[in-house]
Order: sequence, then C-alpha cells, then structure tokens
Amino acid sequence: MTIDTGNLNPTTQASRPSGGSFFTSKGRYRAFFETWPPIVLIALFFIGLAIFVVATAPLIAPYDFMAMDLRDRLTPPALFGGTWAHPLGTDELGRDLLSRLIISIRVSMMIAFLSTLIAGTLGITLGFLAAYFRGRVEQLIMMLIDAQASMPFMIIALAVLAFLGNSLVLFIVLMGFYGWERIARIARGLAIAATEQGYATSVRDLGASPMRIYGRHILPNIASTLIVSMTLNFPEVILLESGLSFLGLGVQPPMTSLGNMVGYGRDYIQSAPWIMLVPSAAIVLTTLSISIVGDWMRDRFDPTLR
Amino acid sequence: MLRYALLRIARALVTVSLIVSIAFVILRLSGDPAIIILGPEAPPEAFKAFRHAWGLDQPIWVQYLKYFNAIFHGDLGNSMRDGRSALQVVGERIPLTLAITIPALFLKVLIGLPAGVYAALHRNTAIDRLIMTLSVFGFTVPSFVLGLVLAMIFAVKLGWLPSGGSDTWLHAVLPIFTMGMIGAAVIARFTRSAMLEVLGQPYIRTASAKGLVWREVVVAHALPNAAIPTLTIVGFMVGSLVAGAVVVESVFSWPGVGRLLVTAVANRDLAVVQVILLFVGFTMVLANLIVDLLYGWVDPRLRTKRLQAGT
Repeated sequence: MTIDTGNLNPTTQASRPSGGSFFTSKGRYRAFFETWPPIVLIALFFIGLAIFVVATAPLIAPYDFMAMDLRDRLTPPALFGGTWAHPLGTDELGRDLLSRLIISIRVSMMIAFLSTLIAGTLGITLGFLAAYFRGRVEQLIMMLIDAQASMPFMIIALAVLAFLGNSLVLFIVLMGFYGWERIARIARGLAIAATEQGYATSVRDLGASPMRIYGRHILPNIASTLIVSMTLNFPEVILLESGLSFLGLGVQPPMTSLGNMVGYGRDYIQSAPWIMLVPSAAIVLTTLSISIVGDWMRDRFDPTLR
Repeated sequence: MLRYALLRIARALVTVSLIVSIAFVILRLSGDPAIIILGPEAPPEAFKAFRHAWGLDQPIWVQYLKYFNAIFHGDLGNSMRDGRSALQVVGERIPLTLAITIPALFLKVLIGLPAGVYAALHRNTAIDRLIMTLSVFGFTVPSFVLGLVLAMIFAVKLGWLPSGGSDTWLHAVLPIFTMGMIGAAVIARFTRSAMLEVLGQPYIRTASAKGLVWREVVVAHALPNAAIPTLTIVGFMVGSLVAGAVVVESVFSWPGVGRLLVTAVANRDLAVVQVILLFVGFTMVLANLIVDLLYGWVDPRLRTKRLQAGT
C-alpha cells in the first residue's frame, strides 16, 4: 500500500509524440508546442535556473549567507519599499535573503539529489535481487517493501533523528530511504517481465553472468521508466526535507535550507512576511516544475503506459 | 473468505512484531540516552544510577525480552523528562489530535471523491483542468507553507480566526482546512485516474451498449470498480489519523500527538517517541488490515488471486 502517484495518472494529456503527418495543415509552431507544451517549457526553464543556482551558488550570492548586518534588519524586498542593495530584503539579523535563498536552494537540491540517488540504487538493487532469486528472497524483499510502505515516512524519519542525532550525512542517508520501495516494486516488475524476453534469454544462453544480464542488458532497457519514477521521487524528497527542516529537526544552523528559512520566517509573519514567503515560493516553484516535467516525461517516455 | 481473512490477520501480526522490534533496535542501539538527558558533565555515579534505573546496564537481549514482556503488559516506560507514564503522556494528546484529523479526513473525502469522479467524467473540459491544476498544487505546496499563508490571510490580515492554540473550536478551523485541502487534492487525483482507467474498460462499453443509462453505468459499474485504488489511499489516511498532523500541529501550535513527537524528538525523550511509534504502527497495521478485508469484500477475485501470488 503506497501513495503511488506514479503509475496511475498522466496529468498532461496533450503529449502525442509528434505533430502528426508531414502534410497536415498544422503549423510548425503548433506541432512544436504539442510536443513541448508551454507549461513544460516554463517548468524546464525553472529547473534550468535551479541547476544554474546550484552550480554557481557561492559565486552569484551577493553577500556571505551568514553575514549579519544589525543596522539593516528586516528591510523589505526592493519592490516593496526596500532598496536594491538587498533585492529580497533582509531577515531579523540583517542577513541578505537573496544570498540565503541561493545557498538554501543549493543545499535542498543537493540533499534531494543525493537521497534520490541512494533510493534509486537501493530500490533497483533490491528489485533486481527479488526478480533474480524469486522464492524466499523475493518474499522477504516484498515484506520489507510492504513494511516501509505501511508507515508514514515522516514518523520513521523523526524516530531515527531522535535517536541517532543529526548530522548532514546521516540526514541525507535517511532521506535516501524515502521512496526506495516504489522504485524497487517497479524494478522488480519490469525485470521479471524483461527476463522473459528474447534478448535476455539469448544473452543468458550465451553464458552471460547474472550480473552482466541485469546490469548491461536489462537495466538499460528499463532505465527510462526507472528514471521517470526517480524524477517523481525528487520533489517529494524536497518536501520531506523542507518539512523536517521547518520543524527544526532537519538541516541544522549555521547551515541553511529552504525549510529552515520558512521555519525562522514564521516568527515574523506579521512584521516581515517576506522572510517566510520568499523561500516558500522557491519550494513551490521547484517542486511544481519537477513534478510537471516528471509527469510529462512519464507520458512521453514510459512505454508501460502505452 | 475465512482463509483470506486469517492470512491477512497473520500478516498484520508479523508486521506489528516487526515494527516493535525495529522500534527497539532504533531506540536502544543508538547513542546513550544517559549522556543526552543528564548532559556530558554529570558525575559518573549519576550515569550509573540513571542506566540502572532504566535497565540500560543489562545485556541487550535481556532488554529486548523485557521490552516485549512490558509491551504485553501495557507498560511502556516513563517519560524521561517528567517521569510520568509515557502511555499516559501520549494518551492525553490523542483526543486533541483526533479532534482535527477526523474532521479533516471527512473534508478530504467529501471534496476529493466528488471532484475526482467529476473530473474523470468530464475529462479534458475546463473544470477537469481546473480540478487537476488545483490538485497538482495540493501535491507540491508543503502543508506548512499552505498553513502559514492561510494564517497570514485569515489571522494576521483579516483577523477572523486565531493563528495558534487550542482554546476554542475556532482554533481548529485553520488546521482542519489546511490538512483537508491537501488531502482532498491527493484523493481527487487518485480517484480521477482510477475512474479513467475503469471507464476505458470493455465492460463499461458493454454496459452502455446494452442500453443502460449512462448514470446507471457510472453508478453500478464504474464507481465500484474505481473504489479499490481509492480505498487504498483513504486507508492510508485513516491509518495516519494519529500522527498525520505533525507539521500542521506545529504550524498552528496545536497541542496534539504531532507536536508532542516533535518536542520529544528534540529532547530525545526515548519512551515517548517509542510509544508514539508503536501507536502509529498499530493504527497503520489496523487500517491496512481493514482495507485488505474490504478489498476481499469489494473484489472477490482478490480472495483467491492474492493467495496464489503470495504477495
């Protein structure tokens, strides 16, 4: 039992692969936008922007994200009565919000990326093991999958954090346990289906080792579906991480993440709402963009939906 | 059906003991609570007394057996902070949490189900697009952001509702609304896709072909079949009634189980976290079990099929 939004529903319906026949009256622009819906283009633009920020964060941040300036506390954003010295305003300690936002996006995205990578590796490995061994091993792995899926992950995460304490490495590994069960389920199903197919049986008959069959032949053939499900896992990890950081139990100061910023901002909701709104908008835009692109990729590249 | 039910119950018991064991492993094999509670500068005698008092100086397997024994007797230790029984500390918070999670669940189902069914029946119309757009927002807007924005509008700007606390029923409005909106989005999306999948099936075509009124087709054929995936998600929500409000309770300072969990984690209050973990585990397993039994009732195929597949 999972909240698997993955396999059920394509939100964007307008995703037929091409603009129809060469001779139809459809204009080139129309064909282009049918393949690349405008909303997807906007989402891709935001993802590109986020990747750019992640890659260049320390270089483009106008100030040190920890630098305080007590004379410049709680200044509003530039267009709301502030100055361009601090385009998004400052917080209660006079720290530049734009710089903090840039570093926060980097931290949150890096955590989500590494965690999704861990979840993907774990899920694919266990899924393949289940598909290869079947029998008892498969039963055991399916039981683990069910157990994980039947507990709200936030509660597990909180319990682990309570007793292992908090370090960035531990936190990333912990987030890496989010969503592996869905990927494992998909990997197992696809691998079982693939072993029946001609190419897998032929390399097996040629004497290839299981490692080789699964790693070099089956994995590339089912990779597109797996990548799509990992993409859809990504925004959920961002939400989970920011939720925990918001509660003060995730990324710890002096490090900052998007959830942290919202958590601090809530105390100033009356006097300086921008402290909370700026990182909130960043979270929503990032997760929304990745979800839109993930859904679109699934409709386009996932052969199991055809 | 009986065999199906017994097998499900047996599996539920296995899962429960698994959760109990995992809780033990996590709680006992990680870090020394004595140092955390007393601080590293406390005198060695204090450490010794503390460990002895909590049974932490015994071999791990003795602790494990004692722990199982204690659970069967409903004795789950005392809160390391204020010394009261952890069960009691958690128990007195549960009604407060249920006071917001149960109305929120009704809100989710009452909005989500009709919205999802409507969207599926009117696929690709403007209303379908609107419902789906709202639903995507429900998926991607974190509950604390929605909660804070609602608080900003209705408490700070308009002053209609209080932004935090639990003194009157008015205090419950914003938390219920926040959870309800997000859950409704999830249910709507699930219901819609389940309905779409069912509506594309041959038996729906047959039903309309034999001259059944469309309304009848939907009510008698489509809805019962679409109920199965939807049941799963609603079951998960029922299972998380006890602790599904961690973030929202924190946003609105609602003194329920979720907030207790957050403070217990921050203070590293072992016993309290353990009790909450077990509570959540039990309710989840119970909800799963009920959903599984309902499946068997709704879909007779599952009674036999699932047994053979061994999943």
